[in-house]
Amino acid sequence: MDMKAAPKHKMGLKERYAAMTRGLDWETSYQPMDKVYPFDKYEGIVIHDWDKWQDPFRLTMDAYWKYQAEKERKLYAIIDAYAQNNGHLNVTDARYINTVKLFLQGVTPLEYMAHRGFAHVGRALRGPGPRIACQMQALDELRHAQTQVHAMSNYNRYYNGLHDWRHMYERVWYLSVPKSFFEDAVSAGPFEFLVAVGFSFEYVLTNLLFVPFVSGAAYNGDMNTMTFGFSAQSDEARHMTLGLECIKFLLEQDPANVPIVQRWLDKWCWRGVRLLSLVAMMMDYMLPKRVMSWKEAWEMYFEEAGGALFKDLARYGIREPKCMQQVRLEKDHLSHQVWTTFYNYGAAAAFHTWIPDADEMDWLSQKYPESFDKYYRPRMEYWREQAALGNRYYNKTLPMLCQTCQIPMLFTEPGDPTKICYRETSYLGDKFHFCSDHCKEIFEYEPEKYIQAWLPVHQIYQGNCFEPGTDPTAPGFDPLAAVLQHYHLNFGRDNLDFEGSEDQRNFAAWKGAVTRNQVG
Amino acid sequence: MAVSAIKEYKGENKDRVENFHGAQLLYIGWEDHLMFCAPFAFPFPPQMRFGDVIEKVLPGTYGYHPDWARVDWSKVEWFKSGQPWTPNFNRSLAENGLGHKDVIRFRTPGLAGIGGSCS
Repeated sequence: MDMKAAPKHKMGLKERYAAMTRGLDWETSYQPMDKVYPFDKYEGIVIHDWDKWQDPFRLTMDAYWKYQAEKERKLYAIIDAYAQNNGHLNVTDARYINTVKLFLQGVTPLEYMAHRGFAHVGRALRGPGPRIACQMQALDELRHAQTQVHAMSNYNRYYNGLHDWRHMYERVWYLSVPKSFFEDAVSAGPFEFLVAVGFSFEYVLTNLLFVPFVSGAAYNGDMNTMTFGFSAQSDEARHMTLGLECIKFLLEQDPANVPIVQRWLDKWCWRGVRLLSLVAMMMDYMLPKRVMSWKEAWEMYFEEAGGALFKDLARYGIREPKCMQQVRLEKDHLSHQVWTTFYNYGAAAAFHTWIPDADEMDWLSQKYPESFDKYYRPRMEYWREQAALGNRYYNKTLPMLCQTCQIPMLFTEPGDPTKICYRETSYLGDKFHFCSDHCKEIFEYEPEKYIQAWLPVHQIYQGNCFEPGTDPTAPGFDPLAAVLQHYHLNFGRDNLDFEGSEDQRNFAAWKGAVTRNQVG
Repeated sequence: MAVSAIKEYKGENKDRVENFHGAQLLYIGWEDHLMFCAPFAFPFPPQMRFGDVIEKVLPGTYGYHPDWARVDWSKVEWFKSGQPWTPNFNRSLAENGLGHKDVIRFRTPGLAGIGGSCS
């Protein structure tokens, strides 16, 4: 076989990038290219020149493997050391571990979905530059899912609620929120997915997801989570740059793309904001040692950084997302409303909930002078008194959910924290309900998509959330118990208040065994 | 708008009334009592007497709240889809004009939650 001689000089970065990301494919002759790539035109996005896509990192596959392998080696060394040294006993408080549970249940499966999404989009785009970038991002996301599962399995040996996250993700009521978010994105076209996940999520909002969890881990002695966070961080930096590159590419290719991209930005920034309400409660309530308040994080990462970004995009004719005004009004209330919802449904959650102690309430008053004492302290103090009397509140009636974001209708009217925000519309003779104007607008744009929502509450009432063979008409049938069984949630171990939990008892006993001498 | 798709796109409404085995959904919210984090969803037969919802079901849902025992039902203000509305307690849900996935709210004047905080 004839082989060309290898080039004599060593290629520079730019040359190497061109060699490994361009001219890798061919024009088909017996099938039109539109049949090879059937998905990259129907959304209305017009691309004139795919080669205008430039990866700012100029990353090629050979370099990618080398970097990632190095990161893996370091990561696993630390995870092993953490396990061998009983690192879990160095966290500030066993309450902290509930943030790890929330992450494993609600975020790690999204990494896997992001992997699938980018793998699919990579196949769908006819330009090799973005295709390769998507391929590497798909591998990153798979790596993140995998390293997170490995790292957090350390905790599964000792604490409850981490044993069946994959099964729970498909079933548990609050996990339908992240699940439906990502299913909405992966079932959209490839460009909408890129704007939704590559830009809105990975660029605009990622700091509000990763920084709180990773800094929260650092502040609370969780070297394990911190390490996988850091290992993912350089990937995230690349994803952010690619997200921005992707938006600029779309906007520069054709003016017809601008209104389409704007609509996606409006939709996905809002969907992302709703999803991040889980992070809000984590920051303000679940970290024993707080990093900063949700409101402060929001102002720093979204209002300031995001504000600058949208000013920069204004030259393309892009304005800031429609939801900005509403989220400004919600920042004083979000974390409190979400945490009290989990406190309500603490019997049906696969992590523990609790009422903040007196110091923590003072911290909340200080961070939220406009809202905490006036609206939220009274209900928490009442619950605390009642719990002390042995009457801990567990809400056993299922809530009304928003058709789009699938979150219980817990959000209040923008500007009036005393009134729940109700919105409704009709489609083909049926009513649909929403938590906000934004969720309603998303539904009304594509009702055929959102009428298919798998709303956990409605599914329970349709009888679809019981184990096979369950007879809901049997005397003494306990629907909550049956649903928890279906979730693989162990009643009394995974759920209920932190106070009195097995996690609390074990942590205290193990910590005691490390620091004290046993007598007798 | 139609969903943008490469061919005709049809969705299936997962929550058609036929899927609820003879029941229909009714959503109920108690104004000014946000200790209950969200309005509730209930599956009720349309023939159910409206008063039975108030007398037999809601005590289990709202009874934890100290205001519940003080509710004067003759003074309660009702809303359906946000508009003032008057139910007849002795008629059925259907006779009261309540269909699948209707949302009703009630306000209890003089009762505004723990310490008047709307909790």
